[in-house]
Amino acid sequence: MADLRLGIDVGGTNTDAVVLDGEGRVIAKAKRPTTPDVTGGLRAALDAVLTELEGKDEQDVRGRIGRVMLGTTHATNAILERRGLGRVAVLRLGAPATTSVPPLSDWPADLRAAVSAGEAIVPGGHYVDGRELAPLDLDAVRRLLDGVEAGAVAVTGVFSPASDEHERRVEELVRAEYGLPVSVSREIGSLGLLERENATVLNAALYGVAAHVTDALVTALAERGLGARPYLAQNDGTLMTLEHAARLPVSTIGSGPANSLRGAAYLSGVDDAIVVDVGGTSTDLGVLTGGFPRESAAAVEIGGVLTNFRMPDILAIALGGGTVARANGLGPDSVGYRIAQEALVFGGSTPTLTDAATAAGRLPRDAGGWPENLRKALSGTETQNVLESALARADEMIADAVDRMALGRADRPLVVVGGGAFVLPARIPGASRVIRPEHAEVANAVGAAIALASGRVDTILPAGETRTDAIERAKEEARARAVAAGADPTGVEVVDLLEVPLSYLSEPAVRVHVKAAGPLAR
Amino acid sequence: MNIDVNDIPALARGCAVLGTGGGGDVRTGSLAAMRAIREYGEVPLVKLADLPDDALVVPLSGIGAPTVSHEMIHGEDEPARIAEEVERIFGRPPAAIMSSEIGGSNGVAPVAWAAQLGLPLLDADGMGRAFPEVQMVSMYVAGLPADLVIMSDVAGNVVTIRPVDGLWSERLARAVCVAAGSHALMADYVLTAARAGGAVIEGTVTGALEIGRSTEGAADPLGALRERLGASQLITGKLTDVERRTTGGFVRGTAVIEGTGDDRGRRLSLELQNENLVAVEDGRVRAMVPDLITVVDTETAAAVQTESLRYGQRVTVLAWPCDPLWRTPKGLETAGPRAFGYDLDYVPVEELTHG
Repeated sequence: MADLRLGIDVGGTNTDAVVLDGEGRVIAKAKRPTTPDVTGGLRAALDAVLTELEGKDEQDVRGRIGRVMLGTTHATNAILERRGLGRVAVLRLGAPATTSVPPLSDWPADLRAAVSAGEAIVPGGHYVDGRELAPLDLDAVRRLLDGVEAGAVAVTGVFSPASDEHERRVEELVRAEYGLPVSVSREIGSLGLLERENATVLNAALYGVAAHVTDALVTALAERGLGARPYLAQNDGTLMTLEHAARLPVSTIGSGPANSLRGAAYLSGVDDAIVVDVGGTSTDLGVLTGGFPRESAAAVEIGGVLTNFRMPDILAIALGGGTVARANGLGPDSVGYRIAQEALVFGGSTPTLTDAATAAGRLPRDAGGWPENLRKALSGTETQNVLESALARADEMIADAVDRMALGRADRPLVVVGGGAFVLPARIPGASRVIRPEHAEVANAVGAAIALASGRVDTILPAGETRTDAIERAKEEARARAVAAGADPTGVEVVDLLEVPLSYLSEPAVRVHVKAAGPLAR
Repeated sequence: MNIDVNDIPALARGCAVLGTGGGGDVRTGSLAAMRAIREYGEVPLVKLADLPDDALVVPLSGIGAPTVSHEMIHGEDEPARIAEEVERIFGRPPAAIMSSEIGGSNGVAPVAWAAQLGLPLLDADGMGRAFPEVQMVSMYVAGLPADLVIMSDVAGNVVTIRPVDGLWSERLARAVCVAAGSHALMADYVLTAARAGGAVIEGTVTGALEIGRSTEGAADPLGALRERLGASQLITGKLTDVERRTTGGFVRGTAVIEGTGDDRGRRLSLELQNENLVAVEDGRVRAMVPDLITVVDTETAAAVQTESLRYGQRVTVLAWPCDPLWRTPKGLETAGPRAFGYDLDYVPVEELTHG
């Protein structure tokens, strides 16, 4: 009986692992430091959670784990540290248009040097209405590829999200004649040529990193006698198969916040909520709608490169347990990891938000000795007033941030997680109630374990009579992509449909975004 | 002076402020400008007085659908084909490039076009801000005949139009633009330096640069920007409602800002049509087109485009006087409140805010 699910989240600091039973309850959890090679931490967390589970007299634990879901920062780190990136031949199909801004124009020089094997803008691509911009010049494609040493190819055609014929033909040519992996832009981003191209090139540069992660995961599972099917978590809070992840590694970027949001809400038993993750230095807020993270409308920068990748809409504010309190204000600096030496409650001499919360009786479960230490530190000083005004300011900042994310709605609950969660008050304006779920410290791994598989389509369709059919086709395509990502064909549903009318065009047209998602296939 | 790569970010910020919410995203134009300067060299910025009387000035602008210009970016040869056509028609090459519209993307991109052509950029433009329609330019207001439009598209086509008036100019240019894939480069009102005097708005490139630089490293960016613009601060607050609808090819809408801090209890609504056109508080107009109304981020003083307005943003609304040319009867007829369908008699912003 494969009734158990194992979720793993590799974060910047810790690698967490959880096991959920058939009812979706957390029955084991473990937290280990993330190691520089990442796989060491992954193995340690896996061993720890399996050991805990086996210590509970559960029968045949390893045989019962049917699926393993991994959320990881491998890809993000590789880009940020310019490490392990592959060399990419960058092809844009768009000449004679688009030549005023060549590929990678806005990339930081070191990242461009690490990634680009050569770039060319060749004749091809389409107009907004589907006509060819120029006949596709396959010889120009060959000329670039014959002259470069590349491990992969990135292909971006003008208007390919609406008309992908030229991208497909180049993809076939590269596979057939050069045997190189190809990253095609229509699978990666939406309209907005430069941002989509950037994401497509990053994707191609990450093939090696993706292979390393999937190998490490598969090996770690095999070594531990786990026959489970592995999946990787992606930026919208859904899963993909390893085969899919191998083609779209850039999709794993942003899976951390997405998993955190979904995990926190799941542990609280709600589908619509504002999630607040209070750390030592900063607080992240996100919104969950219908079980999925609300996506950011703005372009997202990764490692200094602007992409139009869809990422969770996260608001980060400089407020955490270690934020320094002063007579003239609060923060934005924090004592960070030195909190255990510097905060008043730990016998230090720097007043922090943790001290301010403690003075007001807001305490974590394991706050042994804090009020005592604080009383000693405060005797005969003016610090009491500083702490009071700091806490009032913190409450204002949180209420303000919640209001920004709530978009005027005050009927949703607020789910509070993270090591600094205790500093928040019991009531927060703009939220119906405040929930502090159990197991919140491993919310990311839980989010990975409960994720669905999804597919999406973003294109331009004619408005008017043919619109309805065209939208049906877009929905069908989104469902097919969800199935390709691992979803059970019988359980896939369209979860998001967005239509935006376009201005200044010859024929009325709408931009359509469709997303389908469903539980994983057995 | 010469415009170099390091000037582009400040120029882009200034153009965004002068875009009054519209005029298109400045980012692609900035990248094109930086690339062209690196490739072809710095761009001399010249004053009208520096040019001989018979020097030809070519006002350029990109026209089309924003969604398209974000995807099908300009080709590098488009300006050269317009310059060749100008030379064919006038018998001599152009002497300088001018931005038709300093507000938004058309304020920055001309730096790229000038660099590609190896020509100087005239420190002037045709609007002093951004406007949605082709005939809303100073040359039209000054009474210059709208008898020549040259368009160049990504495919290499060049179309020369000899319209009978400004309305035909707009109508025909739009039709060509659509056929060209909803994106083209356009020269409108090619003129000599002698005729440009009084028909263009001078000093606007320098002005945009200074606006962009005013907030650079400022301790109080909002205060610095307000002072630089000589603007009235209509309200500082929170965006509480944005309603948009697409009608007649334009995005129209209303945005509501509720005051915070010293402005608590006040409520300003902004009427939008690509640009911010009218600001109303308690049924009283506080500023109206053609005066400039820009929404900026209260903290950074960066301009916020109408399409990026979102609930919850902390913004400040600034309004300041337009160029005197727009306040003439012909100027108001062309781009006053009634030209946008608002039944309002124009009152200058300085009278509305101090009256």
